[in-house]
Amino acid sequence: MNTATTTQGSHDSRGHDSSEHDSGEHHDQNAHDHKPKGIMRWILTTNHKDIGTLYLCFSFLMFLIGGAMAMIIRAELYQPGLQIVEPNFFNQMTTVHGLIMVFGAVMPAFTGLANWMIPMMIGAPDMALPRMNNWSFWILPMAFAILLSSLFMEGGGPNFGWTFYAPLSTTYSPPSTALFVFAIHIMGISSILGAINVVVTIINMRAPGMTYMKMPLFVWTWLITAFLLIAVMPVLAATVTMVLTDKFFGTSFFAAAGGGDPVLFQHIFWFFGHPEVYIMILPSFGIVSAIIPTFSRKKLFGYSSMVYATASIAILSFTVWAHHMFTTGMPVAAELFFMYCTMLISVPTGVKVFNWVATMWRGSLTFETPMLFAIAFIILFTIGGFSGLMLAITPADFQYHDTYFVVAHFHYVLVTGAIFSIMAAAYYWLPKWTGNMYDERLGKIHFWASLISVNVLFFPMHFLGLAGMPRRVPDYALQFADFNQLVSIGGFAFGLSQLIFLVVVVKCARGGEKAPAKPWEGAEGLEWDMPSPAPYHSHTTPPVIK
Amino acid sequence: MHKKIIIGAASILLSLSAAAEIETPSKYNLTQGVTDTSQQVYDLHMIILYICIVIGIVVFGAMFYSIINHRKSKGAVAAQFHESTKVEIIWTVIPFVILIAMAIPATSVLIDMEDSSKSDITIKITGSQWKWHYQYFDHDFGFYSLLTTPQQQIQNYSHSTNIEPKGENYLLEVDRELVLPIGKKIRFLITADDVIHSWWVPAFAVKQDANPGFINEAWTRINEPGIYRGQCAELCGKDHGFMPIVVRVLEQKDYDIWLQQQLQQVASAKKAAEQALASTLTMAESMTLGEQVYLTRCAACHQVNGAGIPGAFPALKGSAIALGDITKHIDIVANGKPASAMQAFSKQLTAKELAAVVTYERNAWGNDTGDVVQVTNVNLTEAK
Repeated sequence: MNTATTTQGSHDSRGHDSSEHDSGEHHDQNAHDHKPKGIMRWILTTNHKDIGTLYLCFSFLMFLIGGAMAMIIRAELYQPGLQIVEPNFFNQMTTVHGLIMVFGAVMPAFTGLANWMIPMMIGAPDMALPRMNNWSFWILPMAFAILLSSLFMEGGGPNFGWTFYAPLSTTYSPPSTALFVFAIHIMGISSILGAINVVVTIINMRAPGMTYMKMPLFVWTWLITAFLLIAVMPVLAATVTMVLTDKFFGTSFFAAAGGGDPVLFQHIFWFFGHPEVYIMILPSFGIVSAIIPTFSRKKLFGYSSMVYATASIAILSFTVWAHHMFTTGMPVAAELFFMYCTMLISVPTGVKVFNWVATMWRGSLTFETPMLFAIAFIILFTIGGFSGLMLAITPADFQYHDTYFVVAHFHYVLVTGAIFSIMAAAYYWLPKWTGNMYDERLGKIHFWASLISVNVLFFPMHFLGLAGMPRRVPDYALQFADFNQLVSIGGFAFGLSQLIFLVVVVKCARGGEKAPAKPWEGAEGLEWDMPSPAPYHSHTTPPVIK
Repeated sequence: MHKKIIIGAASILLSLSAAAEIETPSKYNLTQGVTDTSQQVYDLHMIILYICIVIGIVVFGAMFYSIINHRKSKGAVAAQFHESTKVEIIWTVIPFVILIAMAIPATSVLIDMEDSSKSDITIKITGSQWKWHYQYFDHDFGFYSLLTTPQQQIQNYSHSTNIEPKGENYLLEVDRELVLPIGKKIRFLITADDVIHSWWVPAFAVKQDANPGFINEAWTRINEPGIYRGQCAELCGKDHGFMPIVVRVLEQKDYDIWLQQQLQQVASAKKAAEQALASTLTMAESMTLGEQVYLTRCAACHQVNGAGIPGAFPALKGSAIALGDITKHIDIVANGKPASAMQAFSKQLTAKELAAVVTYERNAWGNDTGDVVQVTNVNLTEAK
């Protein structure tokens, strides 16, 4: 059986440097697990689990910083009038909140999960490119240090929205734009390196017998995500470079006076930006596809259709970018094309949801915290999908565009979508990571507090948007006052609820009930054949896949 | 069966929505507006909303049935099934059919919305930081429209003084409204001077980006007289939240009267400008008028106290331009500074106002140059 082989393998690795392991390390090779102690362990590490942990901790830190900015935004919007911050600073908060949550919280969290789980799930000892792995993490904190430091520059940090539309981000932007561009470049390099590592690992390091159609869906969704990243991050790099040269070196890519076009910016940005949306949701699909079967004690319904649906979404994601731009004055033929493609992309997404429900159907369900988050994901992500379908209807989009309806839509898919799935993943794999069970009671409190507050926070935004409140405004007309107050209260409650998660994780890392190798009755996959906590090196002898 | 339920439920809900057509601006829902287009958009919005609700009820219903009945604590034992090509095809095809049904009306409304031909009136709308300009193409006159909500209502900081209670149309009121007649096909040509803005009036279902250097088209035909309010919808910098749109829609005969008044005003303003050339401004007169102009046009960036915002907008207090050569000072105010947020005010102000504001900037906040700029000093390079 697998169990015997893998356990044997990991014992071997504790004694000696195994031949499969990269033996080019300069530090002590004979120490236990041959890793340096203290801070140097983390700075020099090439171990997929250590790097995964770094990514996850960094991502949670960014989640708190970006969240603090959201708290400032909601405090200012608590009542009409300007009470706390100046409009220019408000714009910096909305901009940097978006950038941090997208590039600092969600994407690194998924990369962290990929690092931890992919080698364990495909029967590999580590990621294929461990030194690059180290580098792709450690340039991230530098990028965010640069981005955050720009807030303290004269003239302030980026204030043009996370979408940085030209010419607001070029001719009319603060001098710190150079730092913004540089920070985005570094984040992009980090993402590309991480994605290359995932692709190389999955293609080359699967255990014998682990065919593509036997891979767990989390691995599949990440493989597809990684290709999306490699395809579009260079486009983002090109965009920011053009912003840089337009602002500082006299080019006119986006300025009509020099023969350029500000709408060109939006086409290039959203050619990156829409696949980016799926980059932030496909790994979620993988996570939920692991958790729902486990707690339903039933195999995932329609595995192969899930794989095909994911691939279809990824391909279609390159054909819908201009649905962000219906009001820019496109020709009607283009508007129709992008409307149809956008409506079409809801079909494979729907297939996924139907498959999850069919998996639960006639299962034997229990509701531990990971399952609760996964179920909330399906429902709330679907609500975000519904508002997305509404936004696809171009004539209606003319009314919805750039209002709080859009803000509600993308927070449903990103917070109750991506972030809820990350929470679910954390609860699901924490016993494997730490060797301890987390506090189930606290986990449930965290879930219910988050679920209620997140809906108080984002649901009324639909009404605000439909009633006509534009997004990205520091002040608003009086008819929007009571919903904004409610939204702010939900916001503060959701922010505070996340501190419970911090407590759960710290408590779990420090001790608690010992977790068995397979703490979840219905779980399947190679990671559960390894002891908990998982040994420092994963499958040093390839497991046998039946 | 599945499909029948959806179609049946959708048609019931649709007939309900038609019955509930009572005109009240909603706090919860999209406005039905006052144009045929806005009504069609509202109908599309409601159809797609109901479709989503029905799908939601079916999907979440199945899920909750499972959550309630198929739980382990109730002794449920998991079934073994895990794939069915037939089922996969069914739930791919049904949504596809629903979407095609939805795409047909959406397409026809969209094609109609984008056809601005055969219009009766053309208005050119220009956005700039942070105001709108309306040009009546058929009559060759135009004006700026600025927010009138006083700063005493907006600024509620702990250090703010003279806080006033907020008025009924807080942030949605302007000095000069766009005035339009009912029943005419009105074509909007929309552009911008600086960054991208977006002209949006929900009651007309018109939202069109104003792109600098390019002209976008949109159109409306309004059925009901009244006052309709909207806002800039595209982030356009610091005061994006403070550039409202107000449209007053009149019966045709009232509109004609209004138009005649406007044309007379344009003529008399021209005469006043000629007279101003010959007159001499005193320091006191200039400072009073100059302060007014400064507060409405300049203070958003350069600040009431002339200190600017470091790194974003330069200070005028003690600045080389405000204390240096008068001609240079007039030139930058009149013609702006290329590739910066500094606009050309010769289009926005009369020569007298321009002279006064330059005088004000040269003598306020301790800039005591003692210069009084005269209308004749203002060498307008651009004909108004």
